[in-house]
Amino acid sequence: MSMLEVKDLRVAYGKIEAVKGISFSVGEGEVVCLIGTNGAGKTTTLRTISGLIRPSSGEIWFQGKRIDDVPAHEIVMLGLAHSPEGRRIFPRLSVEENLLLGAFSRTDSGIKDDLQAAYDLFPILGERAKQPAGTFSGGEQQMLAMGRAMMSRPKLLMLDEPSMGLSPIMMQRIMATVKTLQSQGTTILLVEQNARAALKLADKGYVLEVGHIVLDGTGRELLVSDEVRKAYLGED
Amino acid sequence: MTTSPAVPRTKTSVNNPRPSPQWWLALAGAVLLIASAFLSWCYVPALLGDLSIDAFPGGLQILMIIVAVLAIFFLVLRSGRMPSMDTLLDSAKALKALSATAVAFMVLVAIVIALQAPGLANANPGLFVGIVGAALMLAGSWQMASDPLVDPITVRLPGWVEILVIVVMMAIILFGAAYALGQEDGTVFCLFLVFLGGVVAALARGGLFSWISVIAARHRQVLMMGALAVAFLFPFTQNGSDANMSIATQVLIFATTALGLNIVVGLAGLLDLGYIAFLGAGAYVSAMMSHSAFAHIGWKPPFIVVVIIGAIVSSILGLIIGSPTLRVSGDYLAIVTLAFGEIFRLTVNNLDGNNGPRLTNGPNGIPGIPDLEFGAFNFGDTHTVLGIPLGRFANYYFLMLIVAGFIILVFTRLNNSRIGRGWVAIREDEKAAEAMGVNTFGLKLFAFAGGAFLAGMAGTIKAHQDVSVTPDQYIFLESAFLLAAIVLGGMGSVAGVLVGATVLKLLPEKLRFVADYRLLIFGLLLVVMMRFRPEGLVPSRRRALEFHADDQELADRVEEVHLEIAADPDTAEAKA
Repeated sequence: MSMLEVKDLRVAYGKIEAVKGISFSVGEGEVVCLIGTNGAGKTTTLRTISGLIRPSSGEIWFQGKRIDDVPAHEIVMLGLAHSPEGRRIFPRLSVEENLLLGAFSRTDSGIKDDLQAAYDLFPILGERAKQPAGTFSGGEQQMLAMGRAMMSRPKLLMLDEPSMGLSPIMMQRIMATVKTLQSQGTTILLVEQNARAALKLADKGYVLEVGHIVLDGTGRELLVSDEVRKAYLGED
Repeated sequence: MTTSPAVPRTKTSVNNPRPSPQWWLALAGAVLLIASAFLSWCYVPALLGDLSIDAFPGGLQILMIIVAVLAIFFLVLRSGRMPSMDTLLDSAKALKALSATAVAFMVLVAIVIALQAPGLANANPGLFVGIVGAALMLAGSWQMASDPLVDPITVRLPGWVEILVIVVMMAIILFGAAYALGQEDGTVFCLFLVFLGGVVAALARGGLFSWISVIAARHRQVLMMGALAVAFLFPFTQNGSDANMSIATQVLIFATTALGLNIVVGLAGLLDLGYIAFLGAGAYVSAMMSHSAFAHIGWKPPFIVVVIIGAIVSSILGLIIGSPTLRVSGDYLAIVTLAFGEIFRLTVNNLDGNNGPRLTNGPNGIPGIPDLEFGAFNFGDTHTVLGIPLGRFANYYFLMLIVAGFIILVFTRLNNSRIGRGWVAIREDEKAAEAMGVNTFGLKLFAFAGGAFLAGMAGTIKAHQDVSVTPDQYIFLESAFLLAAIVLGGMGSVAGVLVGATVLKLLPEKLRFVADYRLLIFGLLLVVMMRFRPEGLVPSRRRALEFHADDQELADRVEEVHLEIAADPDTAEAKA
């Protein structure tokens, strides 16, 4: 059984339908990526899964539980973390406070260890633990956003455009971290415009176009498919 | 964790190895000013206390002695005799501000004599000596250059010195407050305010307060105990006089309510324009269940039960208002709470038996609420402790002090807790907070109902202190004043709100002759504040950062304070 199952999901902002009936699934331990251009509905899909928006119809199942009408804060408690588009770190809070907010849904005693784990994953966060996060560069903020999302000990981590606005080196670093997290047992749903980087490490990929899934396959299949190469990789 | 290497900003050169002519000029001015205080300023004894006696400084003249002594202290600093202090304090800026204060003060005294004596012909030579002295001080200090300072956070004096500074500061606050309250004459009080504002500005510009705030962060426990001791000792300075204790109790009730509102506004960031209604709900519950002849509820439980019922009724009202409105964005809440305040006022105005159940006696309210009584301790009686009589208002003052302490405890506990972190996250970015698993609606509702609970609690005591409860005590203007106290003092800061509430409640009591222009003055005050110090008089560090986001130095300071506190486990709780 897959960990996350989305069935015929439709989401509308007022009269405008952004997601027009998509279905996909994420298996345990996989890295699955959604690619597509601006306005394809990728971010809307993630926001709906994490409960920030309500779907107009369709079903979302997470680990055998239907979650499309569960409040956002309870979805986090179920083990589904969302690192939102544009990182959305809290700029005036310190790095440590940002990370602790990631663990907001938890009250257990393991938070301190996880804080250390985040610092091990991204040493720069540990070095600047007390600094206001707004003083960070884009790449550092992305690390913080990922570290923060991991603080809830998610079973499934959803990353919305982690490479946005980053230098190529920083982007490689982030993608390598995605791989590390997968090897540590976290399932990952990745939304990316940078299709090549995302598909390289994805087990499965879905191509979205104006609210529909137009193509799906393994990461490798999509990388070599003609449509993807023409539309998203800029190759002839 | 390592401290970032402190930038060595030590003094490069001692300013003046040999004092310059300016220095002598300023010193001469300060000495003249002191001398003038021992001379008579005015022939008319009835004016401004009594300034007509030679060789015996009257009240206002003592203020000038204090200014001059402070100036001499800073002049001594400038001569390089106390290098460790000299690097901490900017003597040039402090001297300029002190001199300007002295000049303004002396000129104002001269104007008052000219207008009220009437005529400057009634002035004595002492006044002119003082004016000349002040002018000399200003002339001498005007061109003085500031020296580079070290960051106070890098300076560590022996622990007992720092604690002594806090104790001295607290003692000054205690006696300053007692002195200020003792001034019956409006003109004298105004001149005292000029003096106080000038000296505070001088010490602030001299860097004393940034040093003290660092010390205070290091010794938070001492500071809290000191503040509590000052508040506790205050009634003992009043010699049983009820006049000032009544004002002090009013101030304390107002401050306590503002502290409750500060949880809602300052921590959770919810704009509540009808908070006074929650205080009113508590007060009315208390009045209706009191032994007043006009209370129409037959049930008269012990007061502690009334407190709990009043607080619960208040918080239920909060839940009713909050649950539909907190789901939508902030502006709606402001409008709905504004409307709620009016609904409350109209409701209690009409529950008089004609239009509804007979509960509140309508516009007449519920008078004749008897004093509280705990066992044999009646709050209406005067009790003598250590030979000092403590009257009725002092009794209520102590009771409110306990409530205020409780609210401050709740405030600081919440602020440093997981819930407090959630509120900060909601204020910063509600959507991101939601994605982090913060139950935004639940936390906002908790803040709103919790704030209402605390106000209801305070209200039950207020009813007994006021003797009567009427609808016109709980009008929108009062809510606006509460909010103004928070904005003026500094949102999210306990000390700030206490200062703001004291200023807003005390000034109208003491400045009765400008009562008609009260609102105009407050309005201007707020506009000026928003322009020059939007974070409030005593802001919390985080708020200061919110208003000055691009101030890199401030950001560094926040970080350093954190590091400092983290390095010192005793004060780990005491986050900025």
